[in-house]
Amino acid sequence: MSCYKGKYADELIANATYIGTPGKGILAADESTGTIGKRLSSINVENSESNRRALRELLFCTPGALQYISGIILFEETLYQKTAAGKPFVEVMKENKVLPGIKVDKGTVELAGTNGETTTTGLDGLAQRCAQYYEAGARFAKWRAVLKISANEPSQLSINENANGLARYAIICQENGLVPIVEPEILVDGPHDINKCADVTERVLAACYKALNDHHVLLEGTLLKPNMVTPGSDSKKVAPEVVAEYTVRALQRTMPPAVPAVVFLSGGQSEEEATVNLNAMNQYKGKKPWSLTFSFGRALQQSTLKAWAGKEENVKKAQEAFLARCKANSEATLGKYQGGAAGEGATESLHVKDYKY
Amino acid sequence: MSCYKGKYADELISNATYIGTPGKGILAADESTGTIGKRLSSINVENSESNRRTLRELLFCTPGALQYISGIILFEETLYQKTAAGKPFVEVMKENKVLPGIKVDKGTVELAGTNGETTTTGLDGLGQRCAQYYEAGARFAKWRAVLKISANEPSQLAINENANGLARYAIICQENGLVPIVEPEILVDGPHDINKCADVTERVLAACYKALNDHHVLLEGTLLKPNMVTPGSDSKKVAPEVVAEYTVRALQRTMPPAVPAVVFLSGGQSEEEATINLNAMNQYKGNKPWSLTFSFGRALQQSTLKAWAGKEENVKKAQEAFLARCKANSEATLGKYQGGAAGDGATESLHVKDYKY
Repeated sequence: MSCYKGKYADELIANATYIGTPGKGILAADESTGTIGKRLSSINVENSESNRRALRELLFCTPGALQYISGIILFEETLYQKTAAGKPFVEVMKENKVLPGIKVDKGTVELAGTNGETTTTGLDGLAQRCAQYYEAGARFAKWRAVLKISANEPSQLSINENANGLARYAIICQENGLVPIVEPEILVDGPHDINKCADVTERVLAACYKALNDHHVLLEGTLLKPNMVTPGSDSKKVAPEVVAEYTVRALQRTMPPAVPAVVFLSGGQSEEEATVNLNAMNQYKGKKPWSLTFSFGRALQQSTLKAWAGKEENVKKAQEAFLARCKANSEATLGKYQGGAAGEGATESLHVKDYKY
Repeated sequence: MSCYKGKYADELISNATYIGTPGKGILAADESTGTIGKRLSSINVENSESNRRTLRELLFCTPGALQYISGIILFEETLYQKTAAGKPFVEVMKENKVLPGIKVDKGTVELAGTNGETTTTGLDGLGQRCAQYYEAGARFAKWRAVLKISANEPSQLAINENANGLARYAIICQENGLVPIVEPEILVDGPHDINKCADVTERVLAACYKALNDHHVLLEGTLLKPNMVTPGSDSKKVAPEVVAEYTVRALQRTMPPAVPAVVFLSGGQSEEEATINLNAMNQYKGNKPWSLTFSFGRALQQSTLKAWAGKEENVKKAQEAFLARCKANSEATLGKYQGGAAGDGATESLHVKDYKY
């Protein structure tokens, strides 16, 4: 009946807490080979291992950026890659007090009898993979469950199945020394309003925390990566203060204080929107016994990618764009972002309908 | 899918919050006729309506006591009783900013196929009864679910059934303007250690909060009345700081911050023990985004009862004992209790095996 108290317990708690350090957050750089291919092709760059390596080096070695980053989520390939000078990326991170993380799920498959709802796969052999990743330097993991909102969705089956999968993944990670990021993403797609998003988010999070309790997960050694509570993509936008209020309230109603931090996903939000919303959350006055920080992929890299365009001569400019976004989000975790870090593309919506990656 | 947002929502939130006001707590004076009979007989007093009325007047009209009390839980008979001078008790409370509460359950019955485990009854006609009680001045309610710890208990059935009953009771209360106190008491009986109590408490509370979410209960308009996390009654006692640590941790792992306050039951603890443990909890350094206060019955009345012994000439002395305990517990909610409020009987254990009332 008790939660995980094994050999990694103290380390899990320390690492999860560190990731939520005020002023720091996560860079989600775990795009699979297929997904990063789409990003590269959008700037006319070939999807080669060398280019993938070059892009990640550009990000991880941006002077001054890593002080704002507590963890980087990697795709498996990247965990074993090095800088051009031959230094393993995990070394670069270690030297800069950044925890390496690893995406461990194997993507989604459809649930029969539902209207296109999915569950996430990857439990088979997960323990062994986690142990190997720990050996390679990883200290946290990520697993993305996906739900959607429409007239009859998410179904009870989808909620139960995804919550259970997240809980199984979480305890297996902990047994192998990795802090599990629990990510139940509710897609922003749809014409629904913010109330509907709030209701679904609260229901999904309640199911997740019941499942985590059932599976004996040590909450102090986990992180939550939820969507912010917003109107649907086909619905009118609301002010950041409203997003903040609804999001914090949803968390207050479902997330036990034992969880040290929330690392928000950016979904389809533009770089600037994601930062401004995160900032509003940290300014919001109300009970918030957990850190509220970021785990952004597209919302940290979009401008950088555009500035780089695959060209060596653009690296410095691209790194400046990346540094600006890291600093902006760092300030947002402290409620101190003043705006104005927008570079080219920073206000561009990054929404892709029914996003799969 | 959304939680209760009906006509009483704002009132429920403000009443629940008020009950958790630092420095205040609840007097549980809802002993049924049978149970109060046992108390009265222990001091050789006849169990007549007049004596029951006299005892309650002694308590509610103790000069200076009600400033420490935010709510009093009543048995139905008492809700309609008056002082000797003819003033309704609910008037006395209103004048002193004390919210009247009402016990609404109808006791426990055994669950077939279990080893003496129970569920709580009282859902039939509960809506109408709550509406009547609201009319009579009640603003909160209480329903006691009971679980026990042993080799095979609590069973999943007992946990599910009691959590579900609490959630049904809670939403019905809210629909009728009463703040529901959710009380899943895990009896202290047994030789188990504090770790076992913690594990069971966490499992039970997780089930309760999942059920409350399923039943669309507005958490901001509820209170929790749990047992403190302690060793079993047949096991070695531990220091108050340990009780504090284990109890707060169990709450951190299961109780969403939206709930404004925890109003601990005293179980079989002596008056002094209950106060000291509550004090230790309020001194404990950690995430505590809810008030931690008291809802004590025996642990507020024991010394008072002994001092009164049913005699008019003892009323003043009895009221002094009651005032001392109220003040002591008020200080404990602020972490400022220095000890020394012990009167005759204050350190006497109030444990009765397999307590039913």
